[in-house]
Amino acid sequence: MAFDPIADFPLGSRRRDLVRTPGGLGLDELTLDALRSGRLDASEMRATAETLELQAQVARAAGRAQLAANLERAAELTGVPDEVILEVYTALRPHRSTADELEAWADRLERDFQATLTAAFVREARAVYAKRNLLLADEPTV
Amino acid sequence: MSPRSRRFVERERRELRREVLITPDPDLGLVAMNGPNDPEPGLKVEQGRVVRLDGRSEAEFDAIDHFIARHGLDLEAAAEAMAFDDAELARRLVDVAVPREELVRLARGLTPARLARVVSLLDPVEMMFALKKLRARRAPANQAHVTNLKENPGLLAADAAEAAARGFAEIETTVGVSRYAPLNAMAILVGSQTGRPGVLTQCAIEERRSLQLAIQGITTYAETLSVYGTEPVFVDGDDTPWSKGFLASAYASRGIKVRFTSGGGSEALMGHAGGCSMLYLEARCLSLARAAGSQGVQNGAISCVALVMSVPAGSREILAENLLAAWLDLEVASGNDAIASHSPTRRTAKLMGQFLPGTDFVTSGWSVMPRYDNMFGGGNYDADDIDEWLTIQRDWQVDGGIEPLSEDEAVSVRTRAAQAIQAVFAAFDFPAITDEEVEAATYALDSRDLPDRDRAADVAAADRVLAEGISGLDVARELDRHGFTDVAEAILGMQRQRVSGDYLQTSAIIDSTGAVSAAVNDPNCYSGPGTGYTLDGERWERLQHLPHELDARTLDEATDSQQAVVVEKHVAKVGNERDDVVIALGPAFADGLRMTIGGLAHQDVLEALIQGVRDAGAAPRLVRVRRASDVAFIGHDGAALAGSGVAVGIQSKGTAVIHRADLQPLDNLELFGMAPSLTLDSYRAIGRNAGGYALKQRVGPVPTVMDNFARAKLIVRTTLLHARETAAITPGAPAIELELVARDGTSRTARV
Repeated sequence: MAFDPIADFPLGSRRRDLVRTPGGLGLDELTLDALRSGRLDASEMRATAETLELQAQVARAAGRAQLAANLERAAELTGVPDEVILEVYTALRPHRSTADELEAWADRLERDFQATLTAAFVREARAVYAKRNLLLADEPTV
Repeated sequence: MSPRSRRFVERERRELRREVLITPDPDLGLVAMNGPNDPEPGLKVEQGRVVRLDGRSEAEFDAIDHFIARHGLDLEAAAEAMAFDDAELARRLVDVAVPREELVRLARGLTPARLARVVSLLDPVEMMFALKKLRARRAPANQAHVTNLKENPGLLAADAAEAAARGFAEIETTVGVSRYAPLNAMAILVGSQTGRPGVLTQCAIEERRSLQLAIQGITTYAETLSVYGTEPVFVDGDDTPWSKGFLASAYASRGIKVRFTSGGGSEALMGHAGGCSMLYLEARCLSLARAAGSQGVQNGAISCVALVMSVPAGSREILAENLLAAWLDLEVASGNDAIASHSPTRRTAKLMGQFLPGTDFVTSGWSVMPRYDNMFGGGNYDADDIDEWLTIQRDWQVDGGIEPLSEDEAVSVRTRAAQAIQAVFAAFDFPAITDEEVEAATYALDSRDLPDRDRAADVAAADRVLAEGISGLDVARELDRHGFTDVAEAILGMQRQRVSGDYLQTSAIIDSTGAVSAAVNDPNCYSGPGTGYTLDGERWERLQHLPHELDARTLDEATDSQQAVVVEKHVAKVGNERDDVVIALGPAFADGLRMTIGGLAHQDVLEALIQGVRDAGAAPRLVRVRRASDVAFIGHDGAALAGSGVAVGIQSKGTAVIHRADLQPLDNLELFGMAPSLTLDSYRAIGRNAGGYALKQRVGPVPTVMDNFARAKLIVRTTLLHARETAAITPGAPAIELELVARDGTSRTARV
């Protein structure tokens, strides 16, 4: 059945068939019995890129383009390890990175994780940081 | 030195006067709205690119302008919105015929300066109406704060459980010592899911740590993503619009609900307001939050509330902030968490702006524990205020998101939550939570009632949560193993929510069955009276019946089996003796009713009155007036029967009058309306004065005590007693002469 981003929300009750854990378990398989028998792992308890893309469609259909864009970036980031996420976040903070370093992060997001939207977001930051003196070299010396 | 007015001196001592009010200083950003330096609204687009925004050309854009220009404006809507002037947009905000979706569409094309200018045209009531119309989710809700100074996990769990049982949709904790965060977050997770499955929880700490806890499934939302309206403050906060935007996506990628935080006054407080008004800078924050794809914000001055309220129109500016956020289609957690004022009057006056229209979260943190234990800087409302809040909900028939809970229910849920976290600590081999702690957490006023813990050992356990990656799933597993299957199921339910991601949508909350209610599937469709959210049916039943509410029928005392105080003789005659003083009783006095509102037995009152009349040398005679229950007519009828022309009239509730036959019924010699403060000595003095008037002696008025709160305290009982008296009326019946029954049961005549 095709996904209807207006009628099919919430996915957890209306389209359970479309929701899977990263390891392929359905919502109905996420039970205490499964937990007791060791079939559940903490890494399974999160949304997949596909689920977040569906949520992005829901947001877009509700007229929330920016929320949708955020969820699309989030979908890309599901494949990015926690440690890398925290590193990219730190790199984007003011006066933490040179323009080249930000460009390198954008490249890596694109190349290693196919995170093209996020890469574009990082490149946009690099361009603005250069104009607004927010790059590492621009840190005023104390 | 000229003398001081004692009234001015007295007022200066009031708590309110600890606060500083200032004249606006726009250069420092200390102006609420419409600052003289706020830019003219403006938007110029060339080939689909914003080249001018609110008085700045692209070359002059700061990072915030760049971000809004690239992500925050719908240029088609901008073209449409340009066709309306400010006044027309303002009018549409309060036009019930203009639906929310149309207003939201127009807002997507409005620049921050324009947004600020339009809402500033509304008065407070118009803002409240517009907010009611623009709230994203159909039903309002509320968020709780749960912390304690000892960071005691048992008490945290118990407080979270009570908060959940009271209906809070979200619970936030924080830390005194940041390394405690994993344990505090775990305690409120377990507590909240014990109190009510589906409650979202968060721990306010540094971003990286916060994200880590979320990744481990110990928290389910975050609202620590602070944004600011000027670039220097943003950078001082160690972030940029892009780092915050990335963080928002990062949280979402782990299935965590996020809302940004902003609020008027923060830029001025941090020294870089750029000479702009609070509302204009907040409009920039909100445009930015939406541009970054946040589903919502916590705003409305937040921790700077007292600063905003130091300038003229501060409360109005704060309401305008909340309104702007709702207009931008964002979920709004509308402040009212930090202490707004020393004055309860002023705090609550400010609150009404959000409380009456209803917001997605009326407060962004209602302190479930006493203020002593609040680590968010006070708590505008706390445990001591719960009955006030519930009563105000009941008064206005407004849903402020908090439910009544009986003491038994609270004790029960607190015990179980403390036991649940005790079991979790034992399972992970964390420092034990003793039975003594469970008991104290259940019944405590605050953390001073809890035993001290080994803090070094707790912090080491907290470090293990991160080092070993102990997850929400692990917590559920251990709860299940130790007999807390329902709590385990609830925590597992929250993990499932992270898989489906439904609660990432705007204004999402989760009910106890796991059903998500968001602006997508449960939108606010207010379109006039009787539409949208109304507090009625089961929910209204739930909110109106407070544990201490009394059934009006139970306030009457039963009197049937009591011994008679008076016996009826015959129809009263007009007396002839000039010392004849009538004591005229209301229809139910010493009959259907036996006690005054002040708790005096009618028999004692009668004896005091009789003795008083005799003290003056006059002769008392008891009469029951049956045709009227009003004290004036009881007294006047009595006076008409008295040989002296003087009578004491008295109602069952104790209100008395000394009357004289030649006066108009509503006139009197002395009236004693303060029945609750009358004593037997007062009644004796009333009898004495009546005798004195009869014998034409010089009489000074009976001294009485004023209690201005008597009415508020007793008006319900007064009404019920008076209803009984009125029900005892026999229309047109003549007065009856009575005899007092002696204490030994024999009757005696009143006239000796």
